[in-house]
Amino acid sequence: MDAKDFNMDDADVAWCPGCGDFFILQTLKETLAELEIKPENLVLVSGIGQAGKLPHYIKCNVFNSLHGRSLPPAVAIKAVNPELTVIDVSGDGCMYGEGGNHFIHNIRRNPDITNLVHNNMVYGLTKGQASPTSRTEFKTNLQVEGVFLEPFNPISIAIALKASFVARAYCRDTEETKNILKKAIKHKGYALVDIFQPCVTFNKVNTYQWFKESTYYLEDSHDPYDIEQAFKRSMETDKFPLGIFYMNPDKKTFEENLEVYLEDKTPIYKRRVDMGKLERLIASKR
Amino acid sequence: MILVQAIKLAGYHVFSSKEYMSRVRGGLNSTEIRISSKRVAAYVDRIDILLAINEGAIGHLGRRITKDTQIIGDEDQLKSVTGEYNVLKIPVLKSAEELGGIIFANVIAAGVISCMLNIPSGVFDQIIIKMFARKGEKIVEKDLQAGRKGYQLGEELMGSNDFKFEIEKGPSVKDELLLSGTEAVGLGCLAGNCKFMASYPMTPSTPLQIFIAENGKDFDVIFEQAEDEIAAINMSIGAFYAGARAMIATSGSGFALMEEAVGLSGMTETPVVIYVGQRPGPAVGLPTRTAQEDLNLTLYSGPGEFARVIFAPGNFKDAFELSHRAFNLADKYQIPVFILSDQYFAECNYNHPSLDLSNLAVEEHIVRTTKDYRRYELTPDGLSPRGIPGYGDGLVVIDADEHDEEGHITEDLEIRARMVDKRYTKKMKLIKKDIIPPELLGSDDYEILAVGWGSTYGTIKEALNYLGWEEISFLHFKQLYPLHPDTVNYMNKADKTVIFENNASAQFANLIRMETGLEIDEKILKYNGMPFSVEEVTETLKSIGGL
Repeated sequence: MDAKDFNMDDADVAWCPGCGDFFILQTLKETLAELEIKPENLVLVSGIGQAGKLPHYIKCNVFNSLHGRSLPPAVAIKAVNPELTVIDVSGDGCMYGEGGNHFIHNIRRNPDITNLVHNNMVYGLTKGQASPTSRTEFKTNLQVEGVFLEPFNPISIAIALKASFVARAYCRDTEETKNILKKAIKHKGYALVDIFQPCVTFNKVNTYQWFKESTYYLEDSHDPYDIEQAFKRSMETDKFPLGIFYMNPDKKTFEENLEVYLEDKTPIYKRRVDMGKLERLIASKR
Repeated sequence: MILVQAIKLAGYHVFSSKEYMSRVRGGLNSTEIRISSKRVAAYVDRIDILLAINEGAIGHLGRRITKDTQIIGDEDQLKSVTGEYNVLKIPVLKSAEELGGIIFANVIAAGVISCMLNIPSGVFDQIIIKMFARKGEKIVEKDLQAGRKGYQLGEELMGSNDFKFEIEKGPSVKDELLLSGTEAVGLGCLAGNCKFMASYPMTPSTPLQIFIAENGKDFDVIFEQAEDEIAAINMSIGAFYAGARAMIATSGSGFALMEEAVGLSGMTETPVVIYVGQRPGPAVGLPTRTAQEDLNLTLYSGPGEFARVIFAPGNFKDAFELSHRAFNLADKYQIPVFILSDQYFAECNYNHPSLDLSNLAVEEHIVRTTKDYRRYELTPDGLSPRGIPGYGDGLVVIDADEHDEEGHITEDLEIRARMVDKRYTKKMKLIKKDIIPPELLGSDDYEILAVGWGSTYGTIKEALNYLGWEEISFLHFKQLYPLHPDTVNYMNKADKTVIFENNASAQFANLIRMETGLEIDEKILKYNGMPFSVEEVTETLKSIGGL
């Protein structure tokens, strides 16, 4: 397959020229092509925000849901039809702010989905307010004196909850990002990939230059199965490490835990109520 | 429940309803059990026999206790109760302590009444064994002893007093079903091929969640306790998108949290079935009490305009059939469908002859997609064939934003208007051809028309039977929205109309006025958290009828 197989030629792309999202879109297409995932068997679920528009620019099944609410339908889609590849595409405001509760609890739930979070440390769609990941002192039209809330650290939180796969990428490093995405999508279980991505219009602080200078890759010697090391590295904020922080190989997925799949792997959307069984259940109420 | 089952198995018609405080243990709680030679499905104020195992019960039930009420109570607890009351004292708690703890008091008390009703002790024992089997042999043995103790106390009472019960048994009652309102809904959901429920526990919808969770494995239903109500409904919509019929069960405040996603269902034309067990609000309100206060909440839930259907069953047959129908309708019209219940209906029990599965088909509304599939294809009737991801060669694109026929985001205002026509105007037109008419009980030739919806069915029906007047009939609505057009004729035929609602603002009367321009003359509204009683409705109708 080729990345072009996922092109939406007549899509009216609403992103600003130079937006980091373009890199993510292209890298994702290449990743999907290299993994030979067919558009018909792929569902992209998104929320609202600039990241939330990405599924409209890629050829596949799409569920563009409400702000902050992309994870609940994504989990359900995978549970109802485990044969689909389900990728949740969201942004820092959508996933860590509005959808924070779903973020936390789906790490616990561990559905076999990939969760991409475009993290540009600002609200783009609503024109420039602070996001949960905005750095302190960042001034906006609402945070007039600058942000003073502790920035949200999704990587540390995911590791603390023993998420099954936790990684951070930087969109401009397309090859490295593709590598991480491939592993995340192939990983069985919930995989978080927080993707640094500059907003060229509303964030004049965290620019391409800033991300380049403020990040570095975890060494090859980093052991992603060592949770304490992973947590320690996730706390670094002078320079942000990139790569796979943590993997938890011991976790069963949500779908594997579901009673309906213990003996029968047929996706439940294909099953019909057994009226004979229902007759017996009714009769038991005599 | 032991006693209710024993009564049914002994061949009497039975009805029970419980009222209780919102706490894990203790408080003042009561269960009303009606034993009858005729079918009963309604709450009454009258108490013939009160079995009180604590002193507070008498004050708690207040004016419902009269000089005709026979109180049977625990001798220690009711020590100070004398004089005006008709009390017989027996050692319930002491006997329970002797058996190992006051936990056995309920079974002893059930045994006392069961004995007085002349229910064979074998029937009683059989229920104990069935009910406690899960808890192990020791517990079963203890509870059997407690039952026997109850029977012994019952025999002593009968021996030293002049009691006489003349209740005829119904020949077929013992073979009938004994259900709760919750179970009737739950069985209907299973029959409707419900395959997914995500929910967050909340009284009085939790029992339906438990019913689905318990039956999940046998009926291929995924039950997931969501992190919050918002997740619950968004999950269920996701499940329906992927091809599994899905629902959520919630109550007032919980549903309030779900409202945004009702709009998601409307906008994306993804079906979902929403069960709302009503209780008094606003906010947390009275968690364990009953109300019909959330019609407006469901009717207007979600931003924007889109089609919806609201059901409100009033008896077990309707609860079963409407719940089944909710899934077919949601699937067919690609809309949210509501089942409005309430604490009283969800938690009442009575015997019901049978539930008929033979006419309940699971309609197939999903299409296999082709390469050129467009999820929101504009069709003359407004319905676009609904595909699901991974079934066929096409792509299924849905969007909470305004979208074009393919499902992609658009700001084309011409398309916008056509999509509104499709989601609201055209669909409503179709749905209006498919409304369940209200049920008229009584003569066609009435002067006074009593109107009710949902759970008041049994109570108003019994009050009318009791009055036995030709001039009054009862119009019961099980589908509230869209409103059936016959409503106008029914209303116009009456000299006087009266509605009974468990709310303070006459929500359904207002809906009728809005849809028909007709005002209901008398609005009888009860909103203290308790259901209407047969006596209340009877007295009200008497005074309206001029007697």
